Amino acid sequence: MLLIPCPYCEEPRPEIEFRYGGEAHIARSADPTGLSDAALADYLYFRSNPKGWHYERWQHQSGCGRFFNAVRHTVTDRIIGTYKAGEPKPDLALYRVRAGS
Amino acid sequence: MRFSFGNLLRQARAGHTGWGPQWRDAEPKAAYDVVIIGAGGHGLATAYYLAAEHGICNIAVLEKSWLGGGNTGRNTTIIRSNYLCEESEALYEHAMKLWETLSDTLNYNVMYSPRGVLMLAHNEHDIRSLKRHIHANRLAGIDNEWLTAAQAQAFCPILNIDADLRYPVLGAALQHRGGVARHDAVAWGYARAASELGVDIIQNCEVTAIRRGTDGAVEAVETSRGRIAAKKIGVVAAGHTSVVMAMAGLRMPLESFPLQALVSEPVKPVMPCVVMSNAIHAYMSQSDKGELVIGAGTDAYVSYAQAGGLHIATHTLEAICELFPVTRRLKMLRNWGGIVDVTPDRSPIIGLTPVPGLFVNCGWGTGGFKATPGSGHVFAATLAHGVPHPIAAPFTLDRFRTGRLIDEAAAAAVSH
Amino acid sequence: MSRPTQRFRTAAGGRIARARTISFQFDGRRYTGHPGDTLASALLANGVHFVGRSFKYHRPRGIMTAGSEEPNALVTILQGRDRQTPNVRATDIELCEGLAAISQNRWPSLAFDAGALSGVLAPLFPAGFYYKTFMGPRFIGSNWLWPKLFEPLIRRAAGLGRAPASRDPDHYVNRYAHCDVLVVGAGPAGLAAALVAAEAGATVIVSDERTEFGGNLLSAFDAGHDGDLSAGVNAHRWREQSLAALAANARVTLLPHTTVFGAYLQNFYGLAERLASHHGSPPPGLPRERLWQVRAQEVVLATGAIERPLVFSGNDRPGVMLAGAVRSYLNRYGVMAGSRAVVVTDCDTSYAAACDLKRSGVDVPLIADLRSDVGGAAIDAAKQAGITVEAGVNVLGTTGRHRITSVLMELGPAGARERRAVPCDLVLMSGGWTPSVHLYSQARGKPSWSEGAQAFLPSDPVPHVHSAGGCAGTTDLEQALRSGAEAGAAAARALGLTVSAEIMTVADPDPVLGSRAGAPVMAPPSADAFIDFQNDVTTRDIQLATQEGFRSIEHIKRYTTTGMATDQGKTSNHNTIALAAGMLGRDVAVVGHTSYRAPFTPVTFGTLATTARGSLFEPLRRTPIDAWARAERATFEDVGQWQRARTFPLRSENQQQSIQRECLTVRCAAGVFDASTLGKIEVVGPDAATFLDRMYLSPLAKLAVGRCRYALQLNEAGFVIDDGIVARLAPDRFHVTTTTGGAQRVLTLMEDYLQTEFTDLTCWLTSITEHWGVIAVQGPRARDILEPLIAGLDISAATFPHMSVGTGEIAGVPMRLFRVSFTGELGFEINVPSNYARDIWELVEQSAERHGGTVYGTDAMHLLRAEKGYILVGHDTDGTVTPEDLGFGTGAKKVDFVGKRALARPDMLKSDRLHLVGLLAEDPQHVLEEGAQLTQAASPANGARADGHVTSAYMSPALGRSIALGLVAGGRARHGERLFVPMPSGPIAVRISTPLFLDAKGARLHG
Repeated sequence: MLLIPCPYCEEPRPEIEFRYGGEAHIARSADPTGLSDAALADYLYFRSNPKGWHYERWQHQSGCGRFFNAVRHTVTDRIIGTYKAGEPKPDLALYRVRAGS
Repeated sequence: MRFSFGNLLRQARAGHTGWGPQWRDAEPKAAYDVVIIGAGGHGLATAYYLAAEHGICNIAVLEKSWLGGGNTGRNTTIIRSNYLCEESEALYEHAMKLWETLSDTLNYNVMYSPRGVLMLAHNEHDIRSLKRHIHANRLAGIDNEWLTAAQAQAFCPILNIDADLRYPVLGAALQHRGGVARHDAVAWGYARAASELGVDIIQNCEVTAIRRGTDGAVEAVETSRGRIAAKKIGVVAAGHTSVVMAMAGLRMPLESFPLQALVSEPVKPVMPCVVMSNAIHAYMSQSDKGELVIGAGTDAYVSYAQAGGLHIATHTLEAICELFPVTRRLKMLRNWGGIVDVTPDRSPIIGLTPVPGLFVNCGWGTGGFKATPGSGHVFAATLAHGVPHPIAAPFTLDRFRTGRLIDEAAAAAVSH
Repeated sequence: MSRPTQRFRTAAGGRIARARTISFQFDGRRYTGHPGDTLASALLANGVHFVGRSFKYHRPRGIMTAGSEEPNALVTILQGRDRQTPNVRATDIELCEGLAAISQNRWPSLAFDAGALSGVLAPLFPAGFYYKTFMGPRFIGSNWLWPKLFEPLIRRAAGLGRAPASRDPDHYVNRYAHCDVLVVGAGPAGLAAALVAAEAGATVIVSDERTEFGGNLLSAFDAGHDGDLSAGVNAHRWREQSLAALAANARVTLLPHTTVFGAYLQNFYGLAERLASHHGSPPPGLPRERLWQVRAQEVVLATGAIERPLVFSGNDRPGVMLAGAVRSYLNRYGVMAGSRAVVVTDCDTSYAAACDLKRSGVDVPLIADLRSDVGGAAIDAAKQAGITVEAGVNVLGTTGRHRITSVLMELGPAGARERRAVPCDLVLMSGGWTPSVHLYSQARGKPSWSEGAQAFLPSDPVPHVHSAGGCAGTTDLEQALRSGAEAGAAAARALGLTVSAEIMTVADPDPVLGSRAGAPVMAPPSADAFIDFQNDVTTRDIQLATQEGFRSIEHIKRYTTTGMATDQGKTSNHNTIALAAGMLGRDVAVVGHTSYRAPFTPVTFGTLATTARGSLFEPLRRTPIDAWARAERATFEDVGQWQRARTFPLRSENQQQSIQRECLTVRCAAGVFDASTLGKIEVVGPDAATFLDRMYLSPLAKLAVGRCRYALQLNEAGFVIDDGIVARLAPDRFHVTTTTGGAQRVLTLMEDYLQTEFTDLTCWLTSITEHWGVIAVQGPRARDILEPLIAGLDISAATFPHMSVGTGEIAGVPMRLFRVSFTGELGFEINVPSNYARDIWELVEQSAERHGGTVYGTDAMHLLRAEKGYILVGHDTDGTVTPEDLGFGTGAKKVDFVGKRALARPDMLKSDRLHLVGLLAEDPQHVLEEGAQLTQAASPANGARADGHVTSAYMSPALGRSIALGLVAGGRARHGERLFVPMPSGPIAVRISTPLFLDAKGARLHG
């Protein structure tokens, strides 16, 4: 069970309090009607699914209810940082320095 | 040497010294007509059918680890074909027909055992959904019948049908021809048969890059054992498909999740069939060895760790203990995980890709084992001819653009 | 006089309570033992070695070990029919009064087992034989022999014990815990680590799978005196003092009989604590086992090491035991496992066992060391004790049927080798020790091969995990204590604590000296040199696997089944790897090891399922009206987590009659319905209207205050996922309903968009499902029923038309009143605070009764809405249905909303999509089956495509005929067309119609 630091509660909490929300930074178009079918499919369905660092969404559903993003390694499952929804994608190198990895 | 009782008897007298390697541990050649990435059941089956039915024998099957070591060797071996969508019915029934003669085809006892698969209904919504399956299956000529709770218990005596269960059993759909098979034997049987037809199975050979020519078409793969030229490449890498496809610059509509399973200690026969409950997430059968084989759920998040959280296993056992109260004192012997690649509509992708010469067979999610022979068979035809086999045709990558999804999950999982 | 028992009990010593005698049974025979015994030690005390039959060849097997690694001595514990437990290790069961156990996998009895025939046929049954035969026969269609004949035979022969026949009367509990340091294993290293960490101020949990803490210290010879205290204390006294110190420390929790069975992410551990199994008659109410789920800051793994069997022909006969186990039985339990013992070994540690046996009076004629060159303190000590030591011995075999009678060996100097059969009734074997790196590996550490230790050892560090003692490769007590103390200190420092404690020096009066590393395993292929004792895997099987091209260790494991028994290879994995390496000509390091998976030892299902049983399996949600409905003998159905009243049958009625009466009464007078389960969300804020307009297909931006609108919700892919009523209570306040099952899903989806996409909007979402009880009153008399009860709101047709919302009071209770209808009748939905709902319900119900009304349940609700063609999401839709499919136009709304773009995809625009239609069977009395398929042909060929299917079907009392809704390809353009429902009993002809069967003009609705 993951231990996830909620950036709003500022406290690590067990995974069962959270709901996973898929890959992060896939923004909905401001004008979806202008999207091609291929671009729409890309938005709806295509994911990077990397073997490595993954930017992903979580909701602290049984806690503060807020959505936020986490950076987790998909092989070690290690989370090196979380940040609030809407904040820019953090620099991975910075995180790794801070986490000492 | 052919596998037969006679030869076993003769070898018993000779101290079994006469059995040769079941497959050649091949060294990679410089070039192949077809390179298949991934020596799981689906990849090996693809190679076998390419060689056996399409006369293409200059094939390499590349495996980064040991063959059959991914989901083929980690699943709960359930076989059934009672799917809802017509496209799925065709695909899984095609596989079912191949299962019925597979031991004979491969001269390898894959222990296909049609012991019956019961799918339980716990509420009115389940009943409607299962009956819809039954009617659709009957139309397609696929066996699937409705049992009352009492009939279901007669078929599986340890099933708890008490009315005061939190989610009582209200009935079940039974596919008699559904059942189980021995997962390792499927990989080994295909490997042996393919190897005999000249296919090179190359283990410990990890693909690190896919090379494309000036025309954009695939040319070769770079591997941990050197460059291998290929006219066509078939990616059958299950949970790692996204990673391999990224080497060709393609993003896929896939997410990889850890899927857990567990077995009990072996006990004398107590469970005569397979029972599945989608509503409360419990799947159980008993292996020939006597272990109760139990499928658990996927963890919530994308991961390539072949391990998951304890809460997933405990949640499954909660359901198992309620449905099968006599198992409560039995013990969990081993709990493991695999990585399953899941598509948005929970149906596989079989076919061509935007890259010429590059083909993909993936997205089997939690249920790929049952399709192994059918998947390999239609993918081999697709690779051989460069156009989708008619059964594979609906399972294109393009359906995510057009919206023509084959959504088994949506059809079964929405409650009101 | 009873016959003499416990013939093999020593005169004194051991940790058993000799003053009390316990009686127990094995296979129906009575024996005695003492508190402190295990079943295994008590059996050995009575001279019983032969306790089981192996899995495949049914060979006689004896007790081999003294711990949880035991592969052979599996028994079934009988505690009445309900508590029968199979596959329990005799080495783990604490003896208690009245314990009754039976042997397994034998018929009719242990001594005369019909299954032993398979041993005779063993040459036919090498590894993987079943893959090569039992196929066909071709002439009757293949795959008959296997499922019909051989599989049933194999299944009957396989399996070990029997599952209980009835339900488990015991209960299990669960506890979550946090600690600074979790110490796994309370041997010397674990105790030292716990002492240091606790002393530094950490909260510590110490667990050990055995009852008594101390690990190997308990098996050491206790000289019975304190020795020279200036040089330190005796190991046994050190153990006692350490335990006393830990017990006195309030920060320390000691968990005996607790197995840490799994390591999960971020130092999360699963522990199984056995609470009742060591009680002969457990106090009532005592849980049988407890699951601990522990999140630790730091973990010290002090899990020790497991001794390896030696691989030689006939190494499986009862009486062949691990040397350390024999020593443990002697020193800890006061049991001499035999009277004449031969030691075969390739490491030094077994010499101490030989010395102890000799000292206790057991005849030890020979230590046969496989190594050609032996020497050192351990060897000298044995020689001093008068034991003959032979080096360079080659063990050729053993004799004996149900117990070993001799060991056949080849020994002597080169050129003068002789063969000798050494008579004995006990063989101590040792092939070195394997560190238990299971949890380290599960914690995602990567053990690597150490040539010096001849073992896989923890290598790369895992954050916050410290390995200490035997599992980290230490080989003597001093090292173990030091490594434990260092691990405890490292853990404490990682927590930011200051470490001051020093570990007392221990003067070990019981030095187990010399190398623990066995020699590299080399054994010729033999049909009775066993590697995996439980699964009957021999050296020949490993050889056959490599010969057949199985070269990966995982392949070898799977092909031979080695390491796959209930002990998961604790005693066999090393030997498998080493042998395979030899046969493949590869280094052990290259061959590698198989995965260490949880659990370390098997864990009871009930322990893992804990309290989730019966009504606690999952929360049951009940409405405020639930108790009333139960008192009225309503029938119920599960909908999501809710239970909803389904029908309210009168005494004389069956289910169907009840539905028909309830529906007719609603149409003729009125009905009262509990709609409290509807999901309800309050949306408040300046942008609430804009937000809802983006979330729903229906235009909501300009909805007037006091008005409601039916609204469909789509997902971004354009499919219908929910529906409900959106009511505007104030310019900035909306009351939104969802389906019963969709409440959480819809709220989550809306929160998601609000927080992450539509961040330009300001509004707040609150779930109010539980806040409001909802009473629907539907029917021509609905207004008459309500009017006398309501104050502050004029509900006349003119001022409160269909789709109005208002607030007021009902019987003095504040309410939100909706004029909405899911029946096609004049209808209201009263929302009152949940704690008033029951009272208001009764008032409304009484008022309805005065007007000839009734209460009705979900079945009638379903039927009434179907007569009007109102869809039920999830019933008439399935997640693949678009609003156009249902007949809702989507073009009118120009602004963007969730799912809008996806509706323009090519497949969404096709004319042959499934459309919602009405279906009328040509036989008006025939009710179609929901889920039935629709075809053009009356008797379609196999594999024919369906034109659609039936989603809802009922006998309509209002129409006096059956009706149905369905989804039909291109159905909207096919009204009037004839289709068939092909049923097993024959085809049923139906006509496609509009999905609206009653009151097409809506006169009743607007009444």
